[in-house]
Amino acid sequence: MIDLQGYGPRLFEGALITIELAVLSLLLAIVLGLLTASAKMSRHWGLRQLGTLYTTLIRGVPDLVLMMLLFFGGQIGINMVTDWLYDQFDVDIFINVNEFVAGVGTIGLIFGAYMGETFRGAFMAVDSGQIEAGRAYGMKPWLLFRRIRFPQMMRHALPGLSNNWMVLLKTTALVSVIGLSDMVRVASEASKATREPFTFMIIVAIIYLLIASVSEWGFARLQKRYDIGYGEAN
Amino acid sequence: MEALMNWLEAQLADNSIFTLQTLSYYGDGLVTTVQLVFLSLIIGVVLAVPLAIGRGSKKAWVRLPIFFYCYVFRGTPLLVQLYLIYYGVVFVEGIQDTWLWVLLEKPFVPALIAFTLNTGAYTTEIFRGAIKSTPKGEIEAARAYGMSWGLMMRRIVLPSAFRRALPAYGNEVIFMLHASAIASVVTLMDLTGAARFVYARFYAPFDAFLFVAAIYLCLTFSIIFFFRRLENRLLAHLKPAGN
Repeated sequence: MIDLQGYGPRLFEGALITIELAVLSLLLAIVLGLLTASAKMSRHWGLRQLGTLYTTLIRGVPDLVLMMLLFFGGQIGINMVTDWLYDQFDVDIFINVNEFVAGVGTIGLIFGAYMGETFRGAFMAVDSGQIEAGRAYGMKPWLLFRRIRFPQMMRHALPGLSNNWMVLLKTTALVSVIGLSDMVRVASEASKATREPFTFMIIVAIIYLLIASVSEWGFARLQKRYDIGYGEAN
Repeated sequence: MEALMNWLEAQLADNSIFTLQTLSYYGDGLVTTVQLVFLSLIIGVVLAVPLAIGRGSKKAWVRLPIFFYCYVFRGTPLLVQLYLIYYGVVFVEGIQDTWLWVLLEKPFVPALIAFTLNTGAYTTEIFRGAIKSTPKGEIEAARAYGMSWGLMMRRIVLPSAFRRALPAYGNEVIFMLHASAIASVVTLMDLTGAARFVYARFYAPFDAFLFVAAIYLCLTFSIIFFFRRLENRLLAHLKPAGN
């Protein structure tokens, strides 16, 4: 049996942190992505430009640089705002950025841009006759979104979504650099302490492969569900 | 050159963070980043072409190991691969006595190995897809001309596959540029490494990281521009008529 030299429980906790971080960031990214896609397809020029600026800037800069900028700069930025509030209005608030929240925020913000592109393409692939039919039934925009546009969009978005999720999952490894104890950090600390990098890093690699395989299976099931009503050929 | 340096120094006179000294860190970092990305991409392509052909082989002992390599390197974070190679290489028995140690001691070569293996796996999949989507008629035509397998690959399949792979490969190049920032984690002074140094020295996260983000943005846009030009040239025959 592999000897983990007492690092087993911590590695398990690290794996849980990785999963939590990935799932929460994915949710944030999906919300941001839907907003971005809507902004990019909006009638207002300003919103469209804003959406384009967001996706272009985020996708042009390495994740790690963005993460460091937001993580190291975030606290200073928030302190500046709270200082200013104190000076101007005498409101004394103190906000401390927790590493986990910063990690979720940063990864969510980065992948929101990628999701935005995925969703925009998927929304445009929905047959416009469907939307017109919905309107003809007197559906309000929100109901139209919920019942017609979203379910049909998801069919087209799922392959891209599953791709983004796989990249996102691997990006969570970067939070170990800014100080979060995810499984990569635990493994790198363990390998330095025990001088056995192979044992720990290979276990971490296998856990990542496991998560990826399970989610691949899950996405295949989801795809089947959203493909209902379409022929096998699709 | 002398005049330019003096002018630059005068321009930067009031700036306590961006001095000639720190700018030269960023400059060296840029060189390291470009070297690392360029070398790993080149070696990665050389690796990927035979692997992509082998990935579609009928023999399981050729196909399966390549599939496994791609699966593992695409399914795990680059950071983990880098740690594994950077920290792991020290523990290979007797390596410190060989000439290899001179190369492996510094972080550049381990980082290069990790990046090459990583981009090799992605590129194999990209080429595999492109080779698979070769129109059947082209292959039949080549056979009808009596071409051997090697000649057919060289003259018919690969040239058109490379063209089809171009858009996806362009994304991979950008991905690699962004992934190279990870090299700074193993103390390599690439662009991000320079930014981290400046941040730590002056405690100025916005200046240090926004500046480096702008450089990456410029590099990304140049790559996009280059690939768009290349696609326009090489994929001109695939465009809709009258466009």
